[in-house]
Amino acid sequence: MRRVAELFDALYFTQSHKAKSRLLREYLTQAPDPERGYVIAMLAGALHFQFFKRNTIKQLMLERVDETLFALSYDYIGEMSETVAHLWPSLPDDDFVVPSFVDVIEYVGSHKKADIEAFLVRCLNNLSPSLRWSLIKMGTGGLRVGLSARRLKQILAEYGDCDVGEIEQLWHALTPPYQALLDWLEGKADKPDIRDKIVFHPVMLAHPILSDDMNKIDLAQYIAEYKYDGIRVQVVNKPQGKAMFSRTGDDISHSFPDVLPLLEVYGVFDAELLAFDRQGNISTFNQLQQRLNKKKPSRQLQSDIPCGLVIYDVLEHNGEDVTQITLLERQLLLRRLFSESHERVQLSKSFAIKDIDALHSQREQACRKHDGLVEGLMLKRADSMYTPGRPKGSWYKFKRDPKLVDAVIMYAQRGHGKRSSFYSDFTFGLWACIEGEKKLLPIGKAYSGFTDAELKELDKWVRKHTIGRFGPVKEVKKTLVFEVAFDGAHESNRHKSGIALRFPRINRIRWDKPAEEADTLEGFRRSFLTSQPL
Amino acid sequence: MLTTNNHPETWLEPRPEGLYCQPADAYIDAMRPHSRVIVTHGHADHARGGHGQVWATPETLAIMAIRYGDDHAVITSALEYGQRINIGVIEPVFLTFFPAGHILGSAQALLEYRDARVVITGDYKRTPDPSCAAFQAVPCDIFITEATFALPVFQHPTLSVQIDRLLTSLDRFPERCHLIGVYALGKCQRVLLGLRAAGYQAPIYVHGAMIKLLELYREYGFDFGRIIPVTEVADKHALRGQIVLAPPSALHDRWSRRLPDVLTVGASGWMQVRARAKQKNVELPLVISDHCDWQELLDSIQEVNPCEVWVTHGREDALIHACEQLGYTARALRLIGYDEDSES
Repeated sequence: MRRVAELFDALYFTQSHKAKSRLLREYLTQAPDPERGYVIAMLAGALHFQFFKRNTIKQLMLERVDETLFALSYDYIGEMSETVAHLWPSLPDDDFVVPSFVDVIEYVGSHKKADIEAFLVRCLNNLSPSLRWSLIKMGTGGLRVGLSARRLKQILAEYGDCDVGEIEQLWHALTPPYQALLDWLEGKADKPDIRDKIVFHPVMLAHPILSDDMNKIDLAQYIAEYKYDGIRVQVVNKPQGKAMFSRTGDDISHSFPDVLPLLEVYGVFDAELLAFDRQGNISTFNQLQQRLNKKKPSRQLQSDIPCGLVIYDVLEHNGEDVTQITLLERQLLLRRLFSESHERVQLSKSFAIKDIDALHSQREQACRKHDGLVEGLMLKRADSMYTPGRPKGSWYKFKRDPKLVDAVIMYAQRGHGKRSSFYSDFTFGLWACIEGEKKLLPIGKAYSGFTDAELKELDKWVRKHTIGRFGPVKEVKKTLVFEVAFDGAHESNRHKSGIALRFPRINRIRWDKPAEEADTLEGFRRSFLTSQPL
Repeated sequence: MLTTNNHPETWLEPRPEGLYCQPADAYIDAMRPHSRVIVTHGHADHARGGHGQVWATPETLAIMAIRYGDDHAVITSALEYGQRINIGVIEPVFLTFFPAGHILGSAQALLEYRDARVVITGDYKRTPDPSCAAFQAVPCDIFITEATFALPVFQHPTLSVQIDRLLTSLDRFPERCHLIGVYALGKCQRVLLGLRAAGYQAPIYVHGAMIKLLELYREYGFDFGRIIPVTEVADKHALRGQIVLAPPSALHDRWSRRLPDVLTVGASGWMQVRARAKQKNVELPLVISDHCDWQELLDSIQEVNPCEVWVTHGREDALIHACEQLGYTARALRLIGYDEDSES
């Protein structure tokens, strides 16, 4: 445990990427198997246990500490693992031996719930706060030591002196403790063969197009497509099986039992998952949202809101990798494969754009004509290969402009993680007339959109303008206006105002604007909700 | 004994500029210039210049003279620990200072009025500190306490354990200049004495802002061993593997860029919170606090065993909740202005 905890602490507090990489590679050369592999799994967020989760720890903690004091502490520290690491009462017993990292993994992976809890309690009673933190992180996940998934793979590539793309490609076919991967990186074994596996393939991502890019690129080299407002998925269909993955690689097949049977062609496809109406027309993101996060959708729901795909790229066909042929060739291949299309499995339409004016007008048109079903355009270089990651100049997204509203900040709460102790979560509202009185009603919450410097200013502002408290929530003086950007609005009973926003973020802090001049709920409904199909 | 006739609620009130004692017409740690002020200790968020008359310990007055000049107040009244004087305007109000264990000269103020006894702790701590006199529990009716670290997550380790961590790091990274952010008053001297007590004998380098206060401490008999101002080091590469102390504000400014391969060390109670250390770009967080941790606060309250606990600044909610569970009447004064989240 100690060696691993030391590594995590060191990684956490080390600033530079280079130093982090050195630390981790040094560790990999020195540490034994299978510990190394499990450490990689933990850094990648790939370690999960059925009976050791965030809630396990929280419940055990609440059996030992006053609930109010726990809540106040958690609110202040902003992170569960650290709160518990410090709050847990020390009760050392003499014959306790600190278990190794692998001991812990083997124990919690193979015992009954009650035994696991007793084991964790004994460890927590005996360990120091720093070791406790690492132990708790094993169960709660979210070990944030400043290494993104991508960085981790780059470090592994440096360690094995190979290309990070190769690791990306293998990654989802491998499981902890990654012995085959480490053996290959160290030249002790061949590269693992994953051709037959039903796994997620690393995806290619787009850059938002900036006005600078628009002037630089030659539009004649690009193919345009609609950017549908659904969720991006990858469908894998092989003789060995079928699966659908979210863009982060989560297997979401079980949530969409009505979609996978529609696909008969073998291959790996990039697609947009969308809701459809009973007539087979594409429906809104709101409709789709009712299907998301439903682990087992009822038959009723499946028939009320059927889902389907708009397919726009192919990575593999009949066991053959096609990522190295051009986009134009891949789109040709797709046409051949999907000549007979089902109404809920469509091919994305491609079209050419002649100049910047056309680019703007086509985006306007697409967003207007398709009434919220399309959220902009994609621009893809016709001769580009399918390159995982976010290569420069290949794919651009040109989203519709966000909608904007001026709202008044009403409540603030402390943030989590790196914003621990800063007031950074804001609830804001619009003016409404209630029984002849002008009052603010909340319409949403936002956590992002401001710079670090603005965050500090906002934090200071909240502290100075607090007028009330409800537990961790501070009510503030209703004097500050945010220009809030959002992607859409819909009816909802989550807030008293009866509306909810999609992806709200703070576009600008209007230090200059008097709160009375912020927008009204009535005006908001007129501008953003009338055209919305219900 | 508290009665309706002498209850401090009737003569001691929290005002925006500080706690105000009406029968003495005096503020305690006033934030703005006032005619009559009791100052508990020399930190800038408690001691300000420009008052009419100031009551403080001789050490605190000396610190104020360094910071704000000899004429920082019209009259200064130096009061040794334990010395009791009447500062009442119409009726007698007796003021006595007792050590608070926070920094050199820091005091708790005992006010006695019509047989009611109130102790105002100012900032205080109970963990041993070689740079100041130890906190003394004073029996009273009302105990007015700070609550900077009043959450059960805060458990401050001893100084020697943290100094050991620093020395271990120095061993492990002998090529790196260990730059520690410390307050010039209190923290600086405590860390220096801690290092010497641990047997560290090399010269220790300091930022210019530290010099005057170090001289003052020396006058009070403290021995810090060999201290060298960084400005006197011609070749900054000589600072590899050495310890440099600087105010927290200098950690990331131009001043520190001259130092070779800096390893940034933080030294405060907040360093216990990982994200806080990270926000300050600290690589080695040392938990060295000038304030009570949670258990020290609860122990102090039970030791003093007052009728009521009033809480000035910090995490009042948690402390009041715990006091009520222990059977004490408790209230928050919500005094503003004392740095809630700065280096402590």
